Amino acid sequence: MTESYTLRVNGVVRDVRDAWVGESLLYVLRERLGLPSVKSGCEQGECGSCSVLVSGALVCSCLVLAASVSEQEIVTPEGLQSDERGALTTVQRAFVDEGAVQCGFCTPGLVMAVHELLARDDAPDDLAIREAISGNLCRCTGYGRVFAAIRRAVADRDADSGVDT
Amino acid sequence: MSVVTRRSPGRVGESVTRPDAVPKVRGEFAFAGDLWADRMLWGQTLRSPHPSARIRGIEVAAALAIPGVAAVLTGADLPGRNRYGLEHRDQPVFADDVVRYAGEPIAVVAADHPETARRACAAIVVAYDVLEPLTDPAVAAEAAPLHPDGNVFRELIIRRGDLSARGPIVVEGTYEIGMQDQAFMGPEAGLAIPADDGGVDLIVSTQWLHNDREQVAECLGLPEEMVRITLGGVGGAFGAREDVSLHIHSCLLALHTGRPVKMVYSRRESFLGHVHRHPARIWMRHSADADGTLVSFETRIVLDGGAYRSSSYHVTANAACFAAGPYRVPNALVEAFGVRTNNPPCGAMRGFGAVQVAFAHEAQMDRVAEACGVDPVELRLHNALAPGDELLTGQRITGTLPVADVIRACAAVPLPPPRVDDVLARPGGAGRTSDDVDVHRGVGFAVGFKNLMYAEGYDDFSTARCSLTDGVATVTCAAAEVGQGFVTLVQQFARTILGVDDVVVAPADTSIGSAGSTSASRQTMMSGGAVEQACRAVRVQLLARVAHEHLESPVELDIVDGRVRSRDGTIDLPVVDLFPGETFEATEEFHHRATTPLDADGQGDAHVSFACAAHRAVVDVDPELGLVRVVHLATAQDVGKVLNPVQVVGQVEGGIAQGVGLAVMEELVLERGVVRNPSFTDYLIPTALDAPDVDMTLIEEPEPGAPFGAKGVGEPPTISSTPAVVAAIRSVTGRPLDRVPVRPHDITGL
Repeated sequence: MTESYTLRVNGVVRDVRDAWVGESLLYVLRERLGLPSVKSGCEQGECGSCSVLVSGALVCSCLVLAASVSEQEIVTPEGLQSDERGALTTVQRAFVDEGAVQCGFCTPGLVMAVHELLARDDAPDDLAIREAISGNLCRCTGYGRVFAAIRRAVADRDADSGVDT
Repeated sequence: MSVVTRRSPGRVGESVTRPDAVPKVRGEFAFAGDLWADRMLWGQTLRSPHPSARIRGIEVAAALAIPGVAAVLTGADLPGRNRYGLEHRDQPVFADDVVRYAGEPIAVVAADHPETARRACAAIVVAYDVLEPLTDPAVAAEAAPLHPDGNVFRELIIRRGDLSARGPIVVEGTYEIGMQDQAFMGPEAGLAIPADDGGVDLIVSTQWLHNDREQVAECLGLPEEMVRITLGGVGGAFGAREDVSLHIHSCLLALHTGRPVKMVYSRRESFLGHVHRHPARIWMRHSADADGTLVSFETRIVLDGGAYRSSSYHVTANAACFAAGPYRVPNALVEAFGVRTNNPPCGAMRGFGAVQVAFAHEAQMDRVAEACGVDPVELRLHNALAPGDELLTGQRITGTLPVADVIRACAAVPLPPPRVDDVLARPGGAGRTSDDVDVHRGVGFAVGFKNLMYAEGYDDFSTARCSLTDGVATVTCAAAEVGQGFVTLVQQFARTILGVDDVVVAPADTSIGSAGSTSASRQTMMSGGAVEQACRAVRVQLLARVAHEHLESPVELDIVDGRVRSRDGTIDLPVVDLFPGETFEATEEFHHRATTPLDADGQGDAHVSFACAAHRAVVDVDPELGLVRVVHLATAQDVGKVLNPVQVVGQVEGGIAQGVGLAVMEELVLERGVVRNPSFTDYLIPTALDAPDVDMTLIEEPEPGAPFGAKGVGEPPTISSTPAVVAAIRSVTGRPLDRVPVRPHDITGL
């Protein structure tokens, strides 16, 4: 069964034409709308590589039917930027500067999770940080540099008086 | 750990940001699975559900009849040889008459949508005569052969010293290591594009492009130059991408359909479609003098290689050569076997044979210490290997190996503060939480070492090209960047040697000579060595040209802070302004010093270089519920020379997390040869709540013959972290815990 519908992604309304209705949001974002920052790591909602925001909520896009979120605002890693020229966000900058990136496959999903954390908690403690990203598996870093990046993002946001997340 | 990074172009020794970091945080970095081509088809593999069977027939008509299906291919459609293999071609590209493991490929499909391809695979009818699988490695050697090559991949005996010598203290034990998976985050992926010349271009996530090319070409019946391989973005590797996975299948489909074919494994297929760490059963007996001096060492090691050889031959050698750990052992008998079963094939994983034996020898060292009444750290120091000593193989250590230094430095790291209760931080976390009063803290210590580079007489090499034009250096090397940060080192080397800021790292592909595999902690030395040589050759050309222009002797010239300067100061020119439009270029091959094979007694100068590390684990344990939380890992590691501090820290922390995973949670569970947990729901790897805090000391003793004195740093963190964690749990429970991963019932004894 195919259907046509629209998705509102990163502030832009996108047409999805004649798509099989069983397609996940992950598949449609990656393969139909050309947004490969959303990574497919397990398709079971375990690894968090496909994390996106749907109406501000952090979800694994592999577990969401694309056609079911046609009315909602979707943000992917492509939609994260701190200004119109596309500068890195404080979180992205901190990941780069603290060496939190190795193979980088989990990175976009992790960055989404950290943005979601800092949107609701501007001073997370160590356990809150661990809990917030415990749904994002990383196999390269052992998370040490990721924790450092998050702590730095929190500090830098304070310094920038929270201009962006 | 706290590390200060540097954004601006950085040189050797600085924490330079990796060149792909910005595209990766934006999600713009193209992994192999992100590629797309016009008219592209999706490939899918049909795999055997049975670990042992005869194939009576394969019926593909129903699959081909599904709208959108472009091809359904089996071994009968393969133009070349239906055998491949990393070191020895014993593995069918498609099972022909016999299935030897559950997950073995039977057929492949190309279709216009991945779901169509999946349904087509389901519509293929395979008639199997299901056979009883051979799954017990202990009986494999004597069992009927599963393959024309027999059931023993390698039997390696090492005899050293007086085999009848015994000390008064004797301890023995038998240890088991479960099957660990590399579980990288980016599943296998590739895009094969048919070329006008009848050949094929493959962009793929891999560890060794040139070895892949040989195998693809053989199986497709093409000359090697008609198979061109480019490295696609790699989402982690850890050994699992050394073997061919979808390479041949995707190229075959592309050539057959005349259309680009993309294959991306699901997580389930990834677990079934790559090799794993060898499970092992290891018996060891140590004897020592009353003061703890080791007198004799005996071991029998059985590694389950599964259905095909992959790298079992050399994993067996590594397990044997490093079986005693980094200790002086004057008298030893080692018997190591790598055997074939109907279990999934096993091969390379970070640590490569040294991980399995380290779990056993470190448990043994603790028992020797206890039997002698010696502190476990002191016992290790007392027996520590040092340069000038001989290994079990009789090889004298001529490079650096600061075993005693790593032991002392690790033991000197301050312990973490006492536990402060928080429900989320208790063993088991919030879901299956322990009671505060039941939680006890244990501490364990372990040391490990292994070889760096390939071994046993293999003349390994890497190739690199450096070209300098208008102050921009371009470095080309086929070394696979899999996340470890080799591309950063390339830029650091070129900047340091040539005095330029702008260094382009060209794509890795087969248009240049081989760089060898990203494995065995070898790329820093091998491809780093090739890049260093190529850059130095260009530097010589450049300085000769300047000298020629200025009628100077080249030996009077140097590059300092980006400027060519003469000793007397008469020449002082910025490199970027020299000889506009002219290109200086050199291609170099780096070979390490020669090694020799092992003889009939397992003796020989088989290894190039070694690295060691020590780990001290602090673990909170609930002995009643059998739950643990790994709180803290202290480590000291022998790194030769730090080229990029933040990258070394990242390798060490990441390697420790994998060692912790093997200690307490990671195991592919087999039932009659079938993997029961091929998913991230059931195969658990450490999350951010499971990962310990890490404090480390890096021991710098430059390694002779290595670029800038640096050793590869990827593997040592995974070797002794596992036994350290288990020792900490043992210290609380008092139970033997002779198997990893440690399960709750091992701790409770129920």
